[in-house]
Amino acid sequence: MVPKTVFNSGRLTVYLSGDIDHHEARKIREYTDAIIQEKKPSDLHLNFASVHFMDSSGIGLIMGRYRMMQLYGGKVRVVSVPESLRKMMELAGLGSLDVLERRT
Amino acid sequence: MNTVNEMTVVFESRSVNESFARSSAAAFVAQLDPTVGELNDIRTAVSEAVTNCVVHAYKNTIGKITLNVRICEGNVVFIRIRDKGCGIENISQAMEPLYTTSPEDERAGLGFAVMQSFMDDVKVRSSVGKGTTVTLMKRLIPRLNDV
Repeated sequence: MVPKTVFNSGRLTVYLSGDIDHHEARKIREYTDAIIQEKKPSDLHLNFASVHFMDSSGIGLIMGRYRMMQLYGGKVRVVSVPESLRKMMELAGLGSLDVLERRT
Repeated sequence: MNTVNEMTVVFESRSVNESFARSSAAAFVAQLDPTVGELNDIRTAVSEAVTNCVVHAYKNTIGKITLNVRICEGNVVFIRIRDKGCGIENISQAMEPLYTTSPEDERAGLGFAVMQSFMDDVKVRSSVGKGTTVTLMKRLIPRLNDV
């Protein structure tokens, strides 16, 4: 599924949805990277509120965008993470990278 | 351990089948009335194992993947994912967290680490040129009506 994106004063928000696995991650990556290259945002927010399932392909997706944003001198935030995806994000050590939004 | 119920599906190593595989394993295990968390663990582990078959075992080719789910006495589930692909030369290296042979495809190298932390046991048998079998085991928390 192609994610919805919103660009506003330097911040690009990508609203991911559905299942993120190896099959879907490839499509999301291509679509998102084209927009990042066009807009060159200073902040990239990956919003996981509507993601129902994610395997380690989602971690690859986050880390890849993290590296890409570092090239532009920008930052990545992973926001609105459902409880069911926390286990995967924490296992991957995203907490220590300071990209993961704290529990509210 | 006595088998109570069992199912097997065979499908091609196309990435679109990753969701089919985890959904069918979860649908079969649903008869044990698992928790949402347990079902999510099983879905995730199956997704990792099947993705390994698609990305590594049958790299640049299409082959058959066999998914077998066995429910045993005492709410124990065994899930076997088998391919006849390239095989793994060094299993302990392949299972190391962050080790990947496909960084260009943004593989995080976490597949086996996820299987190990989401399931109770993971066994890998592999023979170079012949294929790999991954067996996942999970003991589900007994439900109230079973006691």
